[in-house]
Amino acid sequence: MTAAQGIFYLIAAGAVLGGMGVVFVHNVVYAALFLILSLLAVAGLYILLATEFLALVQILIYAGAVTILLLFVLMLTRARDVPLALDGPQKPVAALAAATLLGVLIAMFSQTSWPRDAGQVSRVPFDVIGDALFRRWAVPFEIASLVLLVALVGAIVIARVEEGE
Amino acid sequence: MEAAAEQIPLEHFLVLSGILFSLGVYGVLARRNAVLILMSVELMLNAVSINMVAFAVYTAPSSFVGIIFAVFIITVAAAEVGLALGIILRIYRNRATANVDEVDQLKW
Repeated sequence: MTAAQGIFYLIAAGAVLGGMGVVFVHNVVYAALFLILSLLAVAGLYILLATEFLALVQILIYAGAVTILLLFVLMLTRARDVPLALDGPQKPVAALAAATLLGVLIAMFSQTSWPRDAGQVSRVPFDVIGDALFRRWAVPFEIASLVLLVALVGAIVIARVEEGE
Repeated sequence: MEAAAEQIPLEHFLVLSGILFSLGVYGVLARRNAVLILMSVELMLNAVSINMVAFAVYTAPSSFVGIIFAVFIITVAAAEVGLALGIILRIYRNRATANVDEVDQLKW
């Protein structure tokens, strides 16, 4: 086993451990912290795939902003103070559905022969990604900014406390 | 830098993303707190991103469409989290609960 494979299995174990923590743990704050572990492991995978730009974006937006937002809402909704079960009664059915999906996915992955062009795998420089984003993908990029703006305004309108409420 | 990915088969990335996606599916179906459901959705989005990037790096390294797609997935996920958390806060203020099975006014 080479060093790259060892690093891959380490990162993959971290990602799966974090994911299991998110769905199985009984404390909501611990679940959020496990989510951070999983997201950071995915950033490590991006580095392993030679896409440093995505790794930086992942750490900044996901592990930084999104999880802080989730922790804020956990605090504001006081999910910790309520000593209720976090899982519903449909748990066995959910486990069955997820296990079936996993089985089908793995069977499909192992039976297909994937095309492979590994000889040309190389690092994608930041300026090439920026160039593609602002030239070939300029319209989707602008629409994405519009989506962000609308979501921002919408979130403020929805969450705002109105007069006389 | 040559990517370390050459020593790792593409299937390993796919299986990892499949495991993460299944965990997310389980979380969405089994949890009843809306914030925890949202976390599981984040897991699923991440699994899809891994898939996109792995396919981009392994099969079409010159066009890297998958990397651009991953950027857009992260953008839309950020917008989705902001909006969903606003809705959850609103529900909590009106109904004093963040559990999805207690918000059933539309059920009859």
